[in-house]
Amino acid sequence: MSSLSAQFTVRVAAITAVAAAIKRFRLVSVGEALPPFSAGSHVTVTMKTPQGRTIRNSYSLMGNRHDTAQGYEISVLRTQNSRGGSEFLHDAVKLGNELTMSGPSNLFPLDRRGKKFVLLAGGIGITPIMAMADYLSEQNLAFELHYGFRNRTHAAFVDELAARYGARLVLYEQDQGKMLPMDDILRHQKLGTHLYVCGPAAMIESALAAGRRAGWPESSLHSERFQAAAGGAPFQAILTRSHQTITVGETQSLLEAVEEAGVSAPYLCRGGACGQCECRVSAVDGVIEHHDHVLSESDRAQAQKIMICVSRVKGKSISLDL
Amino acid sequence: MALDFRQETFRDDFSFRNSPHAISRFPFPFWEDQYMYSINIEPHTAGKPGSVYEFPIDIDEHYLAEMHDRALVLREDPLRCQSLPHMITAEWDLLELLMESLARDYPDHFALSRDGDHWHWRNRPMKIEQKFTFGNVATLPYPPMEYITRQCQGDFCLIDQREGNLWLDAGMVTTQADWSLDFDLGMNFMEWHGPVPIAHEIGVMERALKYLMAIQVGRPVRRLNWTMTINPRLDTSPENYHKWGADRLTVTPANVGEKLHLRVEVQGLWRLPRSNAIVFSIRCYLISMNELVTVKKWGRRLPRVLKSLPEDIVTYKGLTRYRQTAIDWLARYDDGGVTSSGGDPD
Repeated sequence: MSSLSAQFTVRVAAITAVAAAIKRFRLVSVGEALPPFSAGSHVTVTMKTPQGRTIRNSYSLMGNRHDTAQGYEISVLRTQNSRGGSEFLHDAVKLGNELTMSGPSNLFPLDRRGKKFVLLAGGIGITPIMAMADYLSEQNLAFELHYGFRNRTHAAFVDELAARYGARLVLYEQDQGKMLPMDDILRHQKLGTHLYVCGPAAMIESALAAGRRAGWPESSLHSERFQAAAGGAPFQAILTRSHQTITVGETQSLLEAVEEAGVSAPYLCRGGACGQCECRVSAVDGVIEHHDHVLSESDRAQAQKIMICVSRVKGKSISLDL
Repeated sequence: MALDFRQETFRDDFSFRNSPHAISRFPFPFWEDQYMYSINIEPHTAGKPGSVYEFPIDIDEHYLAEMHDRALVLREDPLRCQSLPHMITAEWDLLELLMESLARDYPDHFALSRDGDHWHWRNRPMKIEQKFTFGNVATLPYPPMEYITRQCQGDFCLIDQREGNLWLDAGMVTTQADWSLDFDLGMNFMEWHGPVPIAHEIGVMERALKYLMAIQVGRPVRRLNWTMTINPRLDTSPENYHKWGADRLTVTPANVGEKLHLRVEVQGLWRLPRSNAIVFSIRCYLISMNELVTVKKWGRRLPRVLKSLPEDIVTYKGLTRYRQTAIDWLARYDDGGVTSSGGDPD
């Protein structure tokens, strides 16, 4: 592995069920003190499954950004059809267990020049948005927080948010037929307002489209889209520099398969957002399924680059400069 | 170890000198007899005890004199220290980084105690004691960046990261090699690097930008930069060009040993945790030619390096007027012997 971040050994100091299928974990360093972090930051947690597999997933940071002696907090949604990281955290990790965690990294930072902030969260997308609301409230900056979820059972932190932010919080319960009215929210905001949206891909697209319709500049529209890599049919990867041919399993990302083979590849977010794991492609037998948010349409058309943390091949094999 | 601070000046009578100890730890930047332009970035990790890399922030015998010179520069020109309003969190980050480093690494001179937001700072050499509330600007006599950089050697720039670029949005810059914070403030990475001769080589600046934007908390990096300065003058700013520009015409074979100085900058880059900004530190070390040739290896190597410089580098660094005089004078210290690789003395 080749992370650009510092690595910490952390102990699980608290596990709290905060909604159906969502658990919050408090992770305390057993060695060096954890640094303070900026709102929007994430960490990468390394998990070793009983089957001997290594999974690394990124999670947004919540909790006290200044007093980190009490640890960092992450909230994890148990997802089906995942590569097993969220299941492992939900089912196998117990109080007192030790995990490896990266230092904080921020790919979703607040633009501190903003005059006002509109925060939109969908489901588990509330986690980075919580840290932002905490910062904005602490700095006495203007913001409104719109939070959509399926129903109360599945929504984390509703009571906590309501107690803290009162009228600045607006809730939308899907089962009661309420959806985030993107156009209404974004149409009449004052100049210098910045949008921050995190949630399912469709919600993000709808928010960005509404922002554009309302004439917002691109530089005021911010979204966090990184997601854990999805699985898929197995395929072969030919690593041309290290002269190895490896099989990428159906519940494994390409990056994980490369790491398992003992080949070092740089990474940061492991969610297709930062661009650090970009790899040159010399041949493909099949079609590259790009799941990242970095490569442009023309990059994709040329099929000479791939973000190996989230993208796969539909077909037989791919040759990589690794 | 307690430092012995010198009383000296960087203007008027130029009484700045290096002790033998300061000479022995000078960060001589030439690793071989030829100068090769390179990005030369390495992790900013602890170096040999006694070296300028022993601690993340280096304090040396020139500390008090440099802080006095900074105060004089600021009195004449307050715009050497500027910060755009959105950089206030980064200012506190910088204050924390510098106070923690100095107190940890120089306990004889600096002390910091923290009780939540209630901080107590002591700077014994400057006879400063300050209790303040971290995060509350009203509890310090200056804004946080200005407060701490009036007490720390080196220039500091605070760089915001947004829109896929880096923005020079705050800084304390009084010991600069001919660039102006007031001019560059608010510019992005591509804009402020406009004058660098290699910039038009396609892709170099883009790669550097991408690298810098990926610097992580707790993983600082550093590089060396160098130029030459006539007289040990820290403030070679465009604002004061009228005071020092003509000095370049005063170098003669008789005075080059005393007047000409190699100027080396140890540049550090840290990701700041609370603000996600980057601090760019530029710590200047000066050494006269007389002092430099007391190290045999450096006396041999410097004339060889100066001879090998490409013309565009000579022009960019402003060496044109006196390069040959320097080479001629230094040549007597080059006995033609072999030099070992690396910058350290043999």
